[in-house]
Amino acid sequence: MFEIFGIPSQALFAQLLLGLINGSFYALLSLGLAVIFGMLNIINFTHGAQYMMGAFVAYMLLQYLGVNYWAALVVVPVLVGLLGILIERLLLQHLRKLDHLYGLILTFGLALIIEGLFRNYYGSSGQPYQVPEALRGGRNLGFMYLPNYRAWVIAASLVVCFATWYLIERTRLGSYLRAATENPTLVRAFGINVPRMVTLTYGFGVALAALAGVMAAPIYNVSPQMGSDLIIVVFAVVVIGGMGSIMGAIVTGFMLGIVEGLTKVFFPEASNTVIFAIMIIVLLLRPAGLFGRAA
Amino acid sequence: MRLAASLAFAFAALIGTAAQAQETTVKIGVLTDMSSLYADATGPGSLVAAKMAVQDFNPAAHGLKVEVVSADHQNKPDVGSNIARQWFDVDHVDAIVDVPNSGVALAVSEVTREKNKVFLVSGAAISDLTGPKCSPNTIHWTYDTWMLANSTGKSVVKTGGDTWFFLTSDYAFGHALERDTTAVVVANGGRVVGSVSHPLNNQDFSSYLLQAQTSKAKIIGLANAGGDTINAIKQGAEFGITAGGQHFAGLLVFISDVEALGLKTAQGLVLTETFYWDMNDATRAWTKRWQTERKGKLPTMIQAGVYSAVLHYLKAVAALKSAADGKAVVAKMKEMPTDDPLFGKGMVRADGRKIHPAYLFQVKSPAESKYPGDDYILKATIPADQAFRPMKDDHCPLVTN
Amino acid sequence: MMERVVDPLLTQKRGEASLSFAIGFAALLGFFAVAPFVVYPVFLMQVLCFALFACAFNLLIGYVGLVSFGHALYFGWASYFCAYTAKAWGWPPEAALLTGTAAAAVLGIVAGGVAIRRQGIYFAMITLALAQMMYLVALRVKMTGGEDGIQAVPRGRLFGTFDLANDMTMYVVVVIVVLAAFLLIYRIINSPFGEVLKAIRENELRTVSLGYTTERYKLVAFVLSATLAGLAGSLKALVFQLASLTDVHWTMSGDVVLMTLLGGLGTVFGPLVGALCIVAMQNYLAPFGQWVLVIQGVIFVVCVLLFRRGIVGELAHYLRVKL
Repeated sequence: MFEIFGIPSQALFAQLLLGLINGSFYALLSLGLAVIFGMLNIINFTHGAQYMMGAFVAYMLLQYLGVNYWAALVVVPVLVGLLGILIERLLLQHLRKLDHLYGLILTFGLALIIEGLFRNYYGSSGQPYQVPEALRGGRNLGFMYLPNYRAWVIAASLVVCFATWYLIERTRLGSYLRAATENPTLVRAFGINVPRMVTLTYGFGVALAALAGVMAAPIYNVSPQMGSDLIIVVFAVVVIGGMGSIMGAIVTGFMLGIVEGLTKVFFPEASNTVIFAIMIIVLLLRPAGLFGRAA
Repeated sequence: MRLAASLAFAFAALIGTAAQAQETTVKIGVLTDMSSLYADATGPGSLVAAKMAVQDFNPAAHGLKVEVVSADHQNKPDVGSNIARQWFDVDHVDAIVDVPNSGVALAVSEVTREKNKVFLVSGAAISDLTGPKCSPNTIHWTYDTWMLANSTGKSVVKTGGDTWFFLTSDYAFGHALERDTTAVVVANGGRVVGSVSHPLNNQDFSSYLLQAQTSKAKIIGLANAGGDTINAIKQGAEFGITAGGQHFAGLLVFISDVEALGLKTAQGLVLTETFYWDMNDATRAWTKRWQTERKGKLPTMIQAGVYSAVLHYLKAVAALKSAADGKAVVAKMKEMPTDDPLFGKGMVRADGRKIHPAYLFQVKSPAESKYPGDDYILKATIPADQAFRPMKDDHCPLVTN
Repeated sequence: MMERVVDPLLTQKRGEASLSFAIGFAALLGFFAVAPFVVYPVFLMQVLCFALFACAFNLLIGYVGLVSFGHALYFGWASYFCAYTAKAWGWPPEAALLTGTAAAAVLGIVAGGVAIRRQGIYFAMITLALAQMMYLVALRVKMTGGEDGIQAVPRGRLFGTFDLANDMTMYVVVVIVVLAAFLLIYRIINSPFGEVLKAIRENELRTVSLGYTTERYKLVAFVLSATLAGLAGSLKALVFQLASLTDVHWTMSGDVVLMTLLGGLGTVFGPLVGALCIVAMQNYLAPFGQWVLVIQGVIFVVCVLLFRRGIVGELAHYLRVKL
């Protein structure tokens, strides 16, 4: 194998691939955040906690009801999404007239409540969740041994991201959503139930977070704080990508995962701060973000 | 709230002192990790062990009244030292026991020294507690990083594992364990080809494991503990570490970790502990009693150490008839030989190190295990006088005159 | 911009406002003079440090209208610098405090320079991301001691004479410093500079049209807020003789938002009251472990939905007084 800058190419490709896996989670989560922000103008700080709930509900379903991974992939996002709808109806809708920052503080408070409740009940170390039978084992790719499950994560998130983008940018329903963001009064005049759309959109964004949680359960420890440190990185991703753009969120998510992987090879000490450093640079040069429209 | 509590306490103390002029009150604080990665190895089980020790000691017969309190330090040095400070200043706690997490233990040791109380470390591993950071108020009870390195490290190198790559928990304990094991590996003809640090309570070990694989070291030394060790081993299985011919050396593994991993994954792991529940009749009997409060769990050496330490402490306090002067109590504990059903006969050295034998175990395979909890085969016993670092190598200010 | 905090019912004139402040301040002095004899002094010092932190934060959120979600950055790193110079270099406490505060000021200039470029939610997210980045740096860098923190920080002798190892002496010093800083903040708010800040909060565009370079004013306010937060952090490092990761973690940033929100945004005494409540709650509920998190979350939600004026804000509204 050849060497690049003194690093064996095996190590390089391997870390890039791992980076792509991380990127899948960044992309899925920033997609959910972008959808919610794009439609509701709310920064959903609870996103990380909802991701964590997705993983925990999958764990609980398996533990207490014997529901397996594949069923969980469908059931959990629906369950957590419904919870999200409840949150929107009961709490968030009162904030629509207020400054956006109250939404941020409220969702921050909700995140604390959710994390605290789970921590109380389960402690802060993780719960085990097995990789489903069908995806166990792995493949020796020559430059690294890639577990099948991690390959599945990349494939599945690409599909979900693309499907969501298509739904929002290319279908009629999506066009109603986009119109409702720009001019809710006018869209309402057309007879479309805007508040219900808003509620459903929030539920959808939350469901995306929960889906990411289910996919994370077998590889990352299912623990109450799994969402909180991740969510801040995702915020940085969204700021870099540009808040208004769905495609921006997806592309930036994957890209930054890869950049992080590269940094692990060449400059390991900086690997968890590199995304924030990029955020600063992007903000200084292009304040609206890479793909964003001017805020 | 505080005002009312303080007034009430003062009033009660006044009445209390009048009524109990005969009895000495002793308060013991179990400061541990109740909810995080060390909760199974210490946590609630340590509290149970402490209470059992008080019960077995029978305070009333010695003219003592003993109270046990507990708190969760959440693996944070500031939380731990604040609780310690408040316990000593406001709540009249005389001795703090357990404290897993070496960073917290170092902080609590300082506070204890300042307030002249007693600190009995069972949970933390850092050998500096009897080294440069030794204190006349602290006794390091159950085990330490030097002992682990000398036992597990040496035996692994001697059986052919001569190239090492370390996966280290990035705080005081991990670095100490890596340092002590590196010394042993090198002294026995081995080589350390690389190392990487990971944050405490880490979830994803994939990139670190990848680096370990690339290094091609025969042994991947896990200089971490609790949940981190479990995750590293589990994910190592996922990434085909052992299939690729490399082996994990669990430098600090508790029986709770083995239970969490399951014998199928953990079999063959070599580890060192100073207590095993199934060692002899005395340990078995004690374990049965302990299990009435902790169903389905097995006691670890840390929890056994808490029992042993509290028992010996109470003996010393009874002999002195007072718990007030921490230094005096510790000196008495060093003077009196120790004896309890779990560790047998032993002693506490001048540097604060409790001495007892260490045991090298190997985890059984599922086929070899005859009943639940039958996890270990005893491979070797290291006698007490050889298990721990010789005092002359301590660099402890108490010892170097 | 945050909701208008200037209550239309407040028809109090300037002179009367000063009187209510004087009364409030006197009450404060009285309380802190008597308190250490009934309450654990270390607890009081903790309240004071966080009160200063919250007041510094309030300067930004209550009077300029900028929500910083990453204020732990200045608090925590000042604490590290103070602890490090006091321990590793053996500097006297006054020098260590100054170093910590100066470090916070520098960090404030740098962070402010980047963050001020955006408004509203973006500003909040950027401050959060910057703070998290510096948390991760603190995790790795040798100087901070990582997970172990900087321990056994000597309190030293203030000006070579006052031995701060004595809790009461330390207490007196902390009270003096915090109340002095508090007066400073009051002065800033009620100066011409402060008026411009309030104008920016009400309507930035109009302020610009009046000829003020709002960016510069915002940056100065930001740096002032960061510096005072740094002073609070440095004090805390000496009081507890420990600087740790908790001080730079995002939960610390969240705590200060909570204190200020609960106490009352844009009020003078609000942050003090909020700090007292939250610190007391955290200490009293410590045996209940993670319930503290849940309760804090509930307070956030309730405050945002029903109690936006906060304790002191509601009190001020009720009494028709400016507090």
